[in-house]
Amino acid sequence: MSIAAIQEEIIEEFSFFEDWMQRYEHMIELGKSLPLIDPQHKTEDNIIKGCQSKVWLHAGLQEDKVVFTADSDAIITKGIIALLIRVFSHQKPADILAANTQFIDQIGLKEHLSPTRANGLVSMIKQIKLYAIAFQTQLN
Amino acid sequence: MIDVARIREDFPILNRKVHGQPLVYFDNAATSQTPKQVINSIVDYYENYNANIHRGVHALSQEATDAYEQARIKIQKHFNAAHSHEIIFTSGTTHAINIIASGYQTLLGPGDELLVSAMEHHSNIVPWQMLCEKTGAQLKVIPMLPNGTLDLEAYQKLLSPRTQLVFVNHVSNALGTINPIEKLIAAAHAVDAKIVIDGAQAAPHIATDLQQLDLDYYVTSAHKICGPTGVGILYGKSALLNLLPPYQGGGEMIATVTFEKTTYAGLPHKFEAGTPNIAGGIAFGAAIDYIQSIGIDAIAAYEEELLRYATAQLSKIEGLKIYGQAPHKTAVISFNVGAIHPYDIGTILDKMGIAVRTGHHCAQPIMDYYQIPGTVRASFSFYNTKEEIDRLVVAVNKAKMMLE
Repeated sequence: MSIAAIQEEIIEEFSFFEDWMQRYEHMIELGKSLPLIDPQHKTEDNIIKGCQSKVWLHAGLQEDKVVFTADSDAIITKGIIALLIRVFSHQKPADILAANTQFIDQIGLKEHLSPTRANGLVSMIKQIKLYAIAFQTQLN
Repeated sequence: MIDVARIREDFPILNRKVHGQPLVYFDNAATSQTPKQVINSIVDYYENYNANIHRGVHALSQEATDAYEQARIKIQKHFNAAHSHEIIFTSGTTHAINIIASGYQTLLGPGDELLVSAMEHHSNIVPWQMLCEKTGAQLKVIPMLPNGTLDLEAYQKLLSPRTQLVFVNHVSNALGTINPIEKLIAAAHAVDAKIVIDGAQAAPHIATDLQQLDLDYYVTSAHKICGPTGVGILYGKSALLNLLPPYQGGGEMIATVTFEKTTYAGLPHKFEAGTPNIAGGIAFGAAIDYIQSIGIDAIAAYEEELLRYATAQLSKIEGLKIYGQAPHKTAVISFNVGAIHPYDIGTILDKMGIAVRTGHHCAQPIMDYYQIPGTVRASFSFYNTKEEIDRLVVAVNKAKMMLE
């Protein structure tokens, strides 16, 4: 499935929620249900330092696609990470680089992308793109 | 007594909504809200007498200079400094601390010791670490006890003839602990050490008499005490400030300049290079007027009532743990609920219109001491109400239900 198609699917999924509470409850469920990262990858090197919640991000190449795994110590952050992984993992580096993250705004979670949130998500997206650049170079 | 309904009319921002809910502002320890009397003083300055100060012969410049110097005198009187020239305008507490730290670069060397408390804001740690790197002096830590108070016995043992400077906050920003500064000052002076008190968290809540305390240096910010951001003060005894070299070179801080030799201006101008935050200084004065019109003792008594009420109500929530249980506290409650990350609680509270601070509050050593990633911090001011605290309790319960 393409990145755009997955994003459309998520927007559709979130359109059923009537208020912020339902959206956040869903995010919390997403955060709780997903085993996101192999414990051996939860290293100091893989930490994206936000001010408040920690985010770990690991990336590897499987054939021509990037596989991301991640985790956070805050559950709402973890929920958003789960969405980002769903969108960006198992995609080609070039597609990752071309994609945007506007769907987060469209599903009513825009505030989490504000730099003041200091939750590491802005840095995480940047890091995802940096990995894509690195793997793109490797593939070429 | 505080007439909170009337006082709230002074704060336009308290009428706004956040995420569709009436704002509950409990992040007062980060910055206080601004009453219209202070906002009006800024508008009045820019509308009627905006001009550069201390040098113009024209009417606007003289009016601006008078207002700025009047503000300095108001601040001097409020904190009971002996002279207005001992009040140096700065951009805030951090800037004030850096002026002192910079000044001591030439006055310290290897063998000298500096003591810093374990419950300081990073701004009262890092400048001293940098000072030690430059001078070879050693920074030692006054430890903290589990209830969030300083270990005074350990402090006594750390003090020695080698001790040159001691740094302690009057009130901890992360825990609300009120430190016994009278004792801390007397003990420092007994070994001829100078002491720097960070008053950023105390100034809005506790009357501070600099002469009675025999304080060497005192620093605070306007924006914690209903004033604007970007302005604060450094107080120092004249003899000490005269000893410190200037911090920045530039206009305003000179007596004469030639390419052969420049002589510096006297206090306070020696430390006030460049055009200052004129409107900010004047508004700081207006904030002092405002606080005095309500009365700092009345403020302290009302906030104590809010603190007791909030502590009792929040303590009813199962799994809620309050960090910092000092017998003397300002109206700050730092807490966690079970193993829930403070960031998650803060996010849900925000959705319900409640502004709190979450995280390490720029005091990582305290969080490391308690081995937690951070806390949720609700800090109350005299314009807050018990009804707002009730809304906080409902919101924390809701967050707990969603997150556990």
